[in-house]
Amino acid sequence: MKLKTLASAIALSGATLIALPSMAADTIKVGVLHSLSGTMAISETTLKDTVLMMVEEQNKKGGLLGKKLEAVVVDPASNWPLFAEKARELITEEDVDVIFGGWTSVSRKSVLPVIEELNGLMFYPVQYEGEESSKNVFYTGAAPNQQAIPAVNYLKDELGVERWVLAGTDYVYPRTTNKILEAYLKDMGVAEEDIMINYTPFGHSDWQSIVSDIAKFGSAGKKTAVVSTINGDANVPFYKELGNQGISSEDIPVVAFSVGEEELSGLDTEPLVGHLAAWNYFQSVETDANEAFITKWQAFTKNPERVSNDPMEATYIGFNMWANAVTEAGTTDVDEVEQAMIGQETPNLTGGIAVMNKNHHLSKPVLIGEIQDDGQFETVWETDGVVPGDAWSDFLPGSKDLIADWTAPIKCGNYNTKTKSCSGQNY
Amino acid sequence: MKLFLSLCLFLSACMTPALAASAETDALLQQLTQTKLSKMPAMVQQLEATGDESLLPVFRAWLAGDLHYIRDDNTLVVEVDVNGVDTYQDPYTQATIAGLTSKQVRKIKVNNKLRGLLRGVIARIQLTSRDAGVRESAVRALLADIDGETFATLERIYPTEPNSDVRSMMQTALSIYTAQDQNSSQSARLAAIDVLGDSLENDVRNVLLSLERSDNPVLSSAATQALVSINRQVERYALVDQLFFGLSLGSVLLLASIGLAITFGVMGVINMAHGEMIMLGAYTTYVVQLLMPNYIDYSIWVAIPAAFLVSGLMGVVIERLVICRLHGRPLETLLATFGISLILQQLVRTIFSPLNRQVSTPSWMSGSWEINPVLSLTLNRLYILAFALLVFFALVMILKKSSLGLNVRAVSQNRSMAKAMGVKTEWVDAMTFGLGSGIAGIAGVALSQLTNVGPNLGQAYIIDSFMVVVFGGVGNLLGTLVAAFTLGIANKFLEPTTGAVLAAIFVLVFIILFIQKRPKGLFPQKGRAAE
Repeated sequence: MKLKTLASAIALSGATLIALPSMAADTIKVGVLHSLSGTMAISETTLKDTVLMMVEEQNKKGGLLGKKLEAVVVDPASNWPLFAEKARELITEEDVDVIFGGWTSVSRKSVLPVIEELNGLMFYPVQYEGEESSKNVFYTGAAPNQQAIPAVNYLKDELGVERWVLAGTDYVYPRTTNKILEAYLKDMGVAEEDIMINYTPFGHSDWQSIVSDIAKFGSAGKKTAVVSTINGDANVPFYKELGNQGISSEDIPVVAFSVGEEELSGLDTEPLVGHLAAWNYFQSVETDANEAFITKWQAFTKNPERVSNDPMEATYIGFNMWANAVTEAGTTDVDEVEQAMIGQETPNLTGGIAVMNKNHHLSKPVLIGEIQDDGQFETVWETDGVVPGDAWSDFLPGSKDLIADWTAPIKCGNYNTKTKSCSGQNY
Repeated sequence: MKLFLSLCLFLSACMTPALAASAETDALLQQLTQTKLSKMPAMVQQLEATGDESLLPVFRAWLAGDLHYIRDDNTLVVEVDVNGVDTYQDPYTQATIAGLTSKQVRKIKVNNKLRGLLRGVIARIQLTSRDAGVRESAVRALLADIDGETFATLERIYPTEPNSDVRSMMQTALSIYTAQDQNSSQSARLAAIDVLGDSLENDVRNVLLSLERSDNPVLSSAATQALVSINRQVERYALVDQLFFGLSLGSVLLLASIGLAITFGVMGVINMAHGEMIMLGAYTTYVVQLLMPNYIDYSIWVAIPAAFLVSGLMGVVIERLVICRLHGRPLETLLATFGISLILQQLVRTIFSPLNRQVSTPSWMSGSWEINPVLSLTLNRLYILAFALLVFFALVMILKKSSLGLNVRAVSQNRSMAKAMGVKTEWVDAMTFGLGSGIAGIAGVALSQLTNVGPNLGQAYIIDSFMVVVFGGVGNLLGTLVAAFTLGIANKFLEPTTGAVLAAIFVLVFIILFIQKRPKGLFPQKGRAAE
C-alpha cells in the first residue's frame, strides 16, 4: 500500500515536472500512434496521413491557443506490446498533449493501462466491439449498436433475411460482436438452427469449403445473409471465392463491418456488386463538406485516385472536436479538455452533426451501402437521425445494466444502474 | 407544387416524340428519374405491365448499373465504357450522344431487391430469345417464383421449344407449379413430384421440402421419396466437391513448397526468404498487368517467365552475396535469410505502398465449370491444379535429364567428390538457388490469382512450405508432391467438422507426431546420399 502511494506520488511529481516545460513550450504536440510497418500498416498508414493533414490545416488557420501544432509520429509496427511502450514514450518523453492512434482492439487494450496511469488523452477512430469506456479515451468509431445492429435490422426488414451466417476472424472484435448479434437475433425469435457461426484464422486464404458450406446453408429455402466481421487481408480471397463459386449478392448478400473503400481498392469489384457494408461514412456521399475533404486529401497525398474511408472520417471528427475542446477550455490539460469534450458538436462529412456523449462515444448516422463496380459504395439505406453510441451492449447479460457517464456526479465508465455502484473496471 | 411538377413532366414526356417506347412507358420512365429507391420496385412492375418489349435494353442497363439520366431534361442514357472513357448512348438506338460528361448525368440507383426483380422481368422477356442458352437460364431464373401467368406462358411455348435441355428445364418449371397447385388433381401433382425427383435444382429441393410438410399424406410421402433420391445424389457430389477442394489446396501447397524443396531439400539451405520470392513473383504479375492493361487475358503468359526471371535473379544475387559465405552454418543462414525477408518486405512496402495491389483475373480463368446444379468446379483453381502438376513434372525432368540437374544431384550428394570431378560447385549452388527461387516466383503468379498481393503475402506461406517439405522427406521431390496433396485433402476433410482454426491445429499436431515416429519424413533418402 505504502509502495503504491509512493509510486503514485512519484508519478504525480513526474507528471507535474513534465507538465511544466509543456506550458513554456511554444508548440502543442500531437502524438500519432499508428502502425507504419507490419500487417496493420495497410490500414493504419492512411490514418497517420489523415492526422498529419489535419495538423497542417489547423496550423494554416493559426494553430491552437496561439501556438502551432506539432505532430510526433511513432511506429508501433503492428506489435501490440510495442503500442504500450510507444504510448508511454509519447507521453513521458515526447510530452504530447493528445494521441491519435490504434486500430485493432488488442492494440487499444494494450495502450489502456498506460494511458490511464499517465493520465493521457487518446482518440480511437475505428469501429470496435464496445464493452469499454475509459476516462482517457474518446471512441470516435462505431460501437456495435451503430453498425452491427442497424445492419441486421436492414437485412431483416428490407431483404427479409431469415437465416444468418456470422462469419468472422478469430479474435476479440468478431467474437464479441457475434456474441451480441447472436443474443440480438435470438431475442427476435430466430431459431438456433438458423444461425451458423464460423471463425477463421487471421489472413485465412483458402475459403473453398467455407464458402461452399455457406452456399449449402443458404439453400434451405429461407433467405440467407452473411454478416461478416472478417478482418483485413482475408477478405480479398473470401470475396474472390464467392465470385468464383457464383454466389451473387441477390442469392446470399454479405454485409461486412471491416470492408471499406481502402480494402476494396486492392480488389476487382466486378463480381462483388451488390454486397453490402455498414459504416457511418462512405466516400460516395455527396455533400459539400465531403467533396472538400476528399479534394484536400487527394491533394495532400498527391494521388488523385486516393480513396477515403470511415476511420478517416472518425479521425476528422475526433480531431475537430479536440481542437474545439482545447479552444473552449483554453488549455491542453487533460482533465479540463476531457470535460470540455463532452457535448462537443461538429459537422459530419455526410451531413448532420456528430455529438460527443457522456460515455465518450459519438452520436452518428448509420449508412448501409452496396458495393459498386468502381470500388465505391452506394448508400441504399440510412438511419433517420443520429444513433448514440452505446458503450455497454444492451444485449449481453453481463453488460445490460451498465452505463458509462463521465460527468458529475457519476463519473464512471462502468456504472451499474441497478445496484447504483461503480465497479471501476472500465475495460 | 409537386403535382404541378409531375404534371409538367408528364406533359413534356407526352410532347417529346417517343422514339421506341409508347407514350405511357415514356411517362413512366420519366417518373423513374424522380423516384426514391424504396418506391422503385413498384415502378418495375408497372413498367413490365405495359408489356413493352422494347424496354429490354433499358432493363438490362439498369440491372448492370449503367442506366443514367441527363440532369437537365431527365432523358435516359446508358453509360458505356469506350477505351476507358465513359460515353453515353441512347438506350434504344445505341447512338452515342456526343459531348455528355459524367458531371451532367446522374445514375439511376439499383439495389439487390431491384436486381432480383429486374432479372425476373428480363427472364420473362427473354423466354422467346433465339439463343437456347439464354432461354434455359431465363427459365431457371423463373423457377423460384413461378406464378399462374408465367405457367400459362411456359405451357404455351413448351410444345414448340426445339432444344431438349430447355424443354427439360421448362418441364421442371411446369412441374414445380403443378406440384404446388391446389387446384390440380392429386394424380397430376404426384406425377409432377415424380418429375421433380430427377432434378438437382436448389429451388426444386425447396419446393419438395415444403410439400413434405403439407397435410396431404400421399403428397407428403411422395415428396419424401423424391427427396431421398435427390439427397443421395447431392451427398455423392458433395464428396467430389470436397475432394476437389483438397486437391486444390494441395496444389497451392505444392506450388508454394516446391521451390523450397530445391533450396532447402536439395541444397540444405534454410531459406526464410522463400516466401518473399513468392511475393516478388506476385508483384511481377502486377507490374506486367500494369504494363499491358489492354491484354489482361494474355498477361499471365508474360508474367510466368518474367516472374521466374525476377525471383530467380534475386535468388542468384542472394546466394552470391550472402548464402555462399555462410556455407555449413545453418543457424547463421537462417538468421541472415530472415533478415533478407524483412528487407524485401519493407522494400516492396516502400516501392508499392503497404496497400494490397489489385491483380485482375483473366476472363478465361474466372467463373466456374458447372457440371450440374450442385457440382461446379471453379476455373481458376482447376487451372492452378493443372499448372502445379505441370511445374512439378518440368522440375523433375530438369533434375533427372538435364546436365544442370546432374550437377545439382552430384553436388548435393557429395560436394567434395563433385568438385574433384571438375564440377564448378559454386556455380551449381548459385544456379540451384536461382532455380528454386524462380519456381517460387512462378508460384507467386498463381497465388496472385487466389489471394492478396501485398507485402505480407510470403509470410502466409513460409510455414506451410516448410511443413510440406519436412513431412514429405527432405530432398525428395516426389515426397513433396504426396505430402502437399495429403495435407491439402486432410485439411479440407477436417474443416467442415472442426472449423478452419482447429483443422490447421490438428494437421500440425499430426505432423509433429509423424515426425517423432519417422524423423526423415514420408520418403526418406536411402543409401549413401542419406548420410
